[in-house]
Amino acid sequence: MTTLDRTAVPRRGNADRVKKGLVSGKFTALLILLPPALILFSLFVILPLADAVYYSGFSWNGYGAPSDFVGSQNYQRLLDHSVFHTALWNTAKLILVSLLIQMPLALGLALLVYRKTPTNTLFRLVFFLPYILAEVAAGLIWSFVFDGDYGITSSLLHAMGQESVYVLADHQWAFPAIMTVIVWKYFGFHMMIYIAALQGVPKDLVEAAKLEGAKPRQVALFVQIPLIKHAIVVSGFFAIIGSLQIFDIIIPMTNGGPSNSTHTIVTYLYSFGLSRLNIGFGSAAAVVLFVLAIGIAFFYQRTTGKGSKA
Amino acid sequence: MHVSNKYNVPCSLPRHLALVVAAVAALGSVTAAADTTVTVLRIESSSAEKRYYEEVVAAYEAEHPDVNVEFEYLANEAYKTRLPTMLQSSQRPDIYYTWGGEGLRDQVDAGFVRDLSEPMRDGWQDIYPESAVRAFTLDDRVYGAPLYATVVGIWANTALTEKAGVDAQAIKTWEDFENAVMVLREEGITPLVVGGQDGWPLHFYWGSLVTRLAGGEGIEAAKNGENGGFEGEPFVRAGEMLQSLVELDPFQPGFMATSYERASGMFGDGEAAFHVMGDWDYLPSKQRSVSGEGVPDDDLLFVPFPEVEGGEGNAQSFGGMNGFAVTRDAPDEAVDFLRFLLNADNQRKAAATGIFVPVAEGSAEALETPYARRVAEILDESEFHQVFLDQALGTSVGATINDISGDLAQGVVTPEEAAARVEEAWQFR
Repeated sequence: MTTLDRTAVPRRGNADRVKKGLVSGKFTALLILLPPALILFSLFVILPLADAVYYSGFSWNGYGAPSDFVGSQNYQRLLDHSVFHTALWNTAKLILVSLLIQMPLALGLALLVYRKTPTNTLFRLVFFLPYILAEVAAGLIWSFVFDGDYGITSSLLHAMGQESVYVLADHQWAFPAIMTVIVWKYFGFHMMIYIAALQGVPKDLVEAAKLEGAKPRQVALFVQIPLIKHAIVVSGFFAIIGSLQIFDIIIPMTNGGPSNSTHTIVTYLYSFGLSRLNIGFGSAAAVVLFVLAIGIAFFYQRTTGKGSKA
Repeated sequence: MHVSNKYNVPCSLPRHLALVVAAVAALGSVTAAADTTVTVLRIESSSAEKRYYEEVVAAYEAEHPDVNVEFEYLANEAYKTRLPTMLQSSQRPDIYYTWGGEGLRDQVDAGFVRDLSEPMRDGWQDIYPESAVRAFTLDDRVYGAPLYATVVGIWANTALTEKAGVDAQAIKTWEDFENAVMVLREEGITPLVVGGQDGWPLHFYWGSLVTRLAGGEGIEAAKNGENGGFEGEPFVRAGEMLQSLVELDPFQPGFMATSYERASGMFGDGEAAFHVMGDWDYLPSKQRSVSGEGVPDDDLLFVPFPEVEGGEGNAQSFGGMNGFAVTRDAPDEAVDFLRFLLNADNQRKAAATGIFVPVAEGSAEALETPYARRVAEILDESEFHQVFLDQALGTSVGATINDISGDLAQGVVTPEEAAARVEEAWQFR
């Protein structure tokens, strides 16, 4: 075969494939089935995203078309803004708490209640209840719990002869309070993932381990947890992406205060971008958030994917 | 609050929402074809005020059978964030509520607002005091008409102040005020309540002090970058004065977690001697109190914000100037209706129902409560009415001012840093 022929081969191959596709109806199916998803995806994800990138180059208050091009100034200001640093750090704290406290807690509880018995069903329901609550409602409820005048925390402190503490007005305690609520709100979700996975672990493996004399702790540690690793990886992914998006709980609890100390990236972009009508600046924050989320997702998939192959 | 799940891409909301809104509007506009419809968009208000508008609309429609006026209401925060989108959609209201200032300028610059200079100068504006018209005047053109004015002052509970031996009526200067706070604290009475969580109630302190120190002219000069802009002496001084007040531990415990509504109810419950708040808080603080009665009228005083030594604005007032603007493509009937709504007769009727302190001259006589009359007096005596800084300087700078007011009240920034942050926000607005 000459070199000329070789270059012609793929071209002919492509034409063949198209022809084959037309005959088999695959191509028609593609034409019919692809556009709805593609259009919806472009309209509601790609297009707004491209818009956000475009707007982030302008100083724009949302009126008329953006015209005041400022280059990378919005990004510069964002990176220099101390409140944005706080927001980033707070988001990082949320991720750490989700991974190091929330997930082990959920796993422990899942190991306790995964067997199908009536009492376990009751416990599962109780643990899952916070997740069912609307975020805003949960935030409001907890803002009452932490209230320094009428809240449960202050009643408890009073009962112990202590002074009231205004948790949500305190720079030091407001964000730990929020983290507590977030752990409480979402551990049930992770627990459910683990329960579903634990129920799929073959019973004979657990029994075999028991026959070998493994204690319940050892069964969990050396049989069950390794076998549900895929579920843990998935729940870790949800925990990270969820932490990046925390918004609705914070707004009713502290609204980002006191002194902007409890912002996450999303509440930051909401109050400094949208409510202040700095659409360009908010878009820059949104783009940064998007890049972070994509970056973390990509990195996570790659590292955990490699791990499971090994 | 509208909360989207796609947090990472919310900034394209205006354009896409506009499309959806336009589509819905196109479907809905088939019904009223023969008549002219004038739509009015206003921030959610009390039922008494809504009733008042209904009466005015009924009277107008009786005279103009071919015009149909519709009022729509949006909650405060929703109004602020949705207005830009609505103005750009085809569902644009004909008349909308405005605070004047830089916020109105943004809308004017974008070309959404109808110039009302001609009808206003044709006798319409004569019924309002000059300062009221000025709030809606930009570069010599008038873009709105005033509905009512509000004034920030000190609501005082004399039952509590007298217990501590403080004469609230005699508070004239900032020193008097600080002394009163000190005495009250010593007597174990909480001197001040404030809704710190909301930000703007604390801006009432900083803003009032800035108005007293710099005056309207000083603020205008700072906008133009003169005398050091917002980093200039009066702005730093206002921060220092607020901080010296804060050192007296004047507020209720946990004030940064208290909303305005709560603070207003707490004052109604007699939990503190003073509440630095707008005159509008008279009825709300009663309604939000546990008893529903609030502080009895015999024990209630409204005292003007204290004067400061050497201040340029001691004869001025600080508060809100609220009115309506007309959008670009609105029918002429919209202007006609607005002129009717805001005429002296209707303003007097509003005064008689006590829903707000109207601005039209002479209408204050119809005010029923002594508090409203006191406010009318303060406005009347005032040389210049400075509009709330969180509105007059635009949304973004305003939010920064609310932030630094809270930071100063907690002592987490120095007055210099606070002033520098305002200047920075003004530069980057």
